[in-house]
Amino acid sequence: NSTVAIITRSLHSLCSILGELKFRPKLNISTSMVLKYYSMVEIGDQKYTLLGDKLWLLLKFERVVSHGKFRLPPRLRSPDLKILGGGFHLGSLVMIMEDTEAPHHMLLLRTFMSQGLVHNQPVLYASPSKNPRAFLGTLPATLVSKDVKSIKSEAEQKDLRIAWQYKKYLEENKPPIDERDGKVEYCNDFDLRKPIEKHLIAGNRVECVSLLDCSSLAGIRDSCSKFLSQLPRYDGNITNAGRIAIQSFCAPQCEYYDKEWDMLSFIRSIKSKVRSSNAVAFLTFPASLLSTSVSKRWQHLADTLLSVKAIPDEDKELATLLTGYQDMLGLLSIHKAARFNTQVPVILDATTYSMKLQKRRSLVLECLNQAPVDGSGGSSGGCSSSSNTGALDF
Amino acid sequence: MNRPATLLDDVLTLNDDDEPTQKGRLILVEDCVETSGAFVLHHLIKRFLSSSDNIVLFVAFSHPFSHYDRILRKMGCNLAAQRENKRLLFFDMLMLECPDDGVEGGLIALYGNIYKAVEVNSSNKNVTIMIDDISLLEVAANGSTKDVLNFMHYCHTLTTQFGCTIITVLHEDIYSSGDEFTFPLQMEYLADITIKTEPLITGLAADVHGQLTILDKGTIGRSGSMKGKIHNFRYKIKENNVDYFYPGSRA
Repeated sequence: NSTVAIITRSLHSLCSILGELKFRPKLNISTSMVLKYYSMVEIGDQKYTLLGDKLWLLLKFERVVSHGKFRLPPRLRSPDLKILGGGFHLGSLVMIMEDTEAPHHMLLLRTFMSQGLVHNQPVLYASPSKNPRAFLGTLPATLVSKDVKSIKSEAEQKDLRIAWQYKKYLEENKPPIDERDGKVEYCNDFDLRKPIEKHLIAGNRVECVSLLDCSSLAGIRDSCSKFLSQLPRYDGNITNAGRIAIQSFCAPQCEYYDKEWDMLSFIRSIKSKVRSSNAVAFLTFPASLLSTSVSKRWQHLADTLLSVKAIPDEDKELATLLTGYQDMLGLLSIHKAARFNTQVPVILDATTYSMKLQKRRSLVLECLNQAPVDGSGGSSGGCSSSSNTGALDF
Repeated sequence: MNRPATLLDDVLTLNDDDEPTQKGRLILVEDCVETSGAFVLHHLIKRFLSSSDNIVLFVAFSHPFSHYDRILRKMGCNLAAQRENKRLLFFDMLMLECPDDGVEGGLIALYGNIYKAVEVNSSNKNVTIMIDDISLLEVAANGSTKDVLNFMHYCHTLTTQFGCTIITVLHEDIYSSGDEFTFPLQMEYLADITIKTEPLITGLAADVHGQLTILDKGTIGRSGSMKGKIHNFRYKIKENNVDYFYPGSRA
């Protein structure tokens, strides 16, 4: 029972190889659909997937084999997308294409907003609901240090019992900002079961705008302009950074929904304003509700472009191919990663991650596909975030 | 030019000094979300600014001056200095938004400014106009493709009147469906050279960022015949330059 991988440079030669193989009785080849989010090609009743610059025949076995192994790298600690190379660039426009069947983009939105509030950064939130302020109650609190420790190795605890207990008391009084090598660490784990501390969302700390009030987008434009004018860009002053979070921007219940060019103008203007200020704008939108052409225009405007997709429940084929399938909520794909002041594109080691809830409370992103194999060597299994010298840690 | 020319330069026949009709060409760069064509623009800015006979007029809808300045600096070209020497004229159009009834007026005003700048400078120098990018010009014009096409036709007249070279970027994947496809078709018709960036059929890879297809409609040669050519090769973008190579020729 052996596994076979066939690598060719063209479909034509692949078909001819397969033609030969079919006539060999000893080889038992059956195919199965692997991961739906890969681009896939069907020839007859066989399925092939394209990865990087190699073509893979999909055969039914537990791992997609190349000249290496398909390994799941160690879990990433924080859902702050360190995988993008250190966080979101200040001055960038991050856009997320929603899946209308599942609200997973909300997890990312909530984390983004909570992160800002925990670090005392001003936040502007806009959504197509009558009372956007009500959403703030669903923002998660940071995972308390002692809980984080319990997720880490048990061995540590046993050996350093007394010391750890002592540390526990000290750490509970620490503010949530960790210091690592003198650099302030801005990434936190969040506990999705606990709501954020009330004092962080009290009063006017978060400015809320309802998109339902805007028939002409003038209202949201003004709010954003005023918000950003308080955050001008001086080189390197991160503590004063702001966050704009806009949810489901082209939702059909908004009056401006059919005004495609107005929406485009808004996105273009907010992109330029954010570019010259100390802020990050995070905008989610149901891409399938826009025409292909308009959706492409939005995608071109984004500095960082992500998409979320739901994973179907009870999909037996996926369950056999992906470890930890039962815990997966959905898939996160990275289409574009912001690169400022450089013309070199970002080619990430992995572009698709699974979103999982660990212990039902913290969001974990795990790499799924194999790194693109470069000409010189074997596979580079791990998923290390590319170091990005220009990025500001956010 | 004493620098070694890249494959791209050879193909664009910008090195060819025998052909005096090199002036007045319209170059269209088409790209998509997966592969941005901006690097072609950066290459051409550097190329044109490296000759003291050229002046570059840059109409920016996409990025501010600092963005181009920092990128070109890594490629060995100081845009800030060129701007001060009046060899680079930078029109920052990031915030240009024509009101619904004022689209035509807005574009006429923009054309007027371009015309003036070209007229003043073209007596003793070659002017190159770069527009980044026309898909955003459409947004600024509130979706009025007709007005944008008229604007481009007017700019095209500058190639014959003053011998300008015009270079512009278009996001081809926006127009893949239906009636919208007429816009890129019209632009391709106007263009003398079309440079298209696409990902490889097999997707993104770390050592090949994409492929370039260059269609050069050709000029009337000495014998009176048109010499059209198509070139296709691959590229990898680096900080300070871009590697161009034919498939399989890279070690």
